[in-house]
Amino acid sequence: MLDLFLNAVVAGILLGGFYAAVTVGITIVFGMLDIVNIAHPAFIMLGSFIAYYVNQTYGVDPIVIGVVATPLFFVLGMAMYRIYYTSFERRGQEAIRGLAFFFGVLFIGEVSLILVFGVDYRSVDASYIGTNVNIGPVGLPMRLFVPFVVSLVMLGLVELFLGRTFFGRAIKAVSQDRLALQLMGASPARIKEIAFGLSIATASIAGSMLIIIGPVEPSIGRDYIGRVFAICVLGGMTSIPGTLIAALIIGIAESFTATFYGPSWSPAIAFGLLLLVLAVRPAGLLGR
Amino acid sequence: MKRSPLPFWIGIVVAAALGIAATRVVDNQYYYFAAYVVLQYIVLSTGWNILGGYTGYVNFGVAGFFAIGAYSSVVLIKWLHAPMPVLILVGGLVAGLVGLGTGYLTLRLKGVFFSIATLALAIVLQTFVTNWDYVGGSRGVYTIRPRTVMFFGNYVEFLFIVMFGLALGAVAIAFLIERSWIGRGMAAIRDDELAAEAMGVPTLRLKLFATTLSGALMGIAGAPYPYYVTYLDPSSGFNLSYAVNSVAMPLIGGTTSWVGPVIGAVLLGTVQQVATVTISSAVNLLIVGLLLVFFVVAAPDGIVGLITKLVRKRA
Repeated sequence: MLDLFLNAVVAGILLGGFYAAVTVGITIVFGMLDIVNIAHPAFIMLGSFIAYYVNQTYGVDPIVIGVVATPLFFVLGMAMYRIYYTSFERRGQEAIRGLAFFFGVLFIGEVSLILVFGVDYRSVDASYIGTNVNIGPVGLPMRLFVPFVVSLVMLGLVELFLGRTFFGRAIKAVSQDRLALQLMGASPARIKEIAFGLSIATASIAGSMLIIIGPVEPSIGRDYIGRVFAICVLGGMTSIPGTLIAALIIGIAESFTATFYGPSWSPAIAFGLLLLVLAVRPAGLLGR
Repeated sequence: MKRSPLPFWIGIVVAAALGIAATRVVDNQYYYFAAYVVLQYIVLSTGWNILGGYTGYVNFGVAGFFAIGAYSSVVLIKWLHAPMPVLILVGGLVAGLVGLGTGYLTLRLKGVFFSIATLALAIVLQTFVTNWDYVGGSRGVYTIRPRTVMFFGNYVEFLFIVMFGLALGAVAIAFLIERSWIGRGMAAIRDDELAAEAMGVPTLRLKLFATTLSGALMGIAGAPYPYYVTYLDPSSGFNLSYAVNSVAMPLIGGTTSWVGPVIGAVLLGTVQQVATVTISSAVNLLIVGLLLVFFVVAAPDGIVGLITKLVRKRA
């Protein structure tokens, strides 16, 4: 019983670390810039399937593929923001039509992947997938541990970028006071474009992690919509450390549910928590 | 300038007469099956539009509300062999209450939280139903149609007429709302919520009314569904295509009046019925997605907006 408990905690922490990587893009775009990009999971799925294709064709490690593909995703993200900005934000129509736009993009992404790759589950090959490191009674599955470490590194880099570089600070400035930034002579649209690019770039790496953790088919991206928004809100919207803490909480909660009640219940956890957080404490755990 | 509502009501009566007449003439079962789906989308997109188009709050959980209607019917059929009117009433009531609850929890926050919550709601409900053995769980459930119905040749014709009536009812409700102070209050919320509040529009109460009514209509659309498919499982009941279509149809048709969702549903619904037979169903959902993105980017007022622009240019 204790073994089961400890294993559930460890699996939850590892899973939570991965969830943080999936959410960080939403924290940047939705938390800081107020753009409701519900299509984010579609980009994560794209990352997964790029990793799948390159890995199966050339045998490259999925994480490496994810990292190498980030410039491509960065440009893709900037292009997405361009369309969003010229079509909705500038006209002040982001509320309904902007949302519907991202919803459409999410759907187009999913169906396109189905048309190309079919609805079968796909997976990647890497030497560490399937191996376990045992520490006492606790098994440390490498397919969860590797993404966990990569995720922490990525979150650290994003946090450094936001805190230490000019563009990073500018992104934070946009989230705090748009008007003041404009008065200082900087263009919010330009900075948001870079932030959106950064957000989608993280999806590339998160996608390659997703397919390491388990087999993937195009429509599972949807399961992540509620999860990422739940984590983002719970973590206080704008904070990267908050995102990590919230992701760990949700990871552990899901892992416990899967262990003690069965895996078919775990999708409801994040969504249930989201509804609860929205109802009780919309400012999040670390919010003011 | 308030136009007389008389032509609208005459139109409703004529449509009803034509629908009943059709069952006397048309023999091919396929047409009833196809028309049922299109009519179902008229109810769904009209329901969505009362909240999305009139009030300006986006509901992505259409599949969830639809499934509430469908699964409450499954329970009533298994438990009490309840007749159709009861199914529709209860389906609408339960879905309306869930709409009210979701609205109450999230509408005091920014509008996006409502949208995200509705997405989440659909998944929570699906997980719940998947784990609920009484309604079949993940295996799904069979519902056996009553063998005979009065007046109609067979059950499919009866289902067609039921959905026809519901579609006309939904459109009539939308029409009445549009022309009352409720509709004007909703439009004020959509255009500027703060200003509306300041002018004394009871915004929270109107928003809650809209979420409740909108949810109820979606539940009503789902209530006869178990009899239509006869086999219902969570992945078909909670199919995301309901959500995509119900968002796409009003936005493509035009969101500011009752005509928009009807045009969108008839157009898109018919195209999909033809496309599902001729091409694959994945391609046809891709088309819907592309059309949705195209219209919100290029023609924000939908087909109705395009037509009015054309007419104004002529005049």
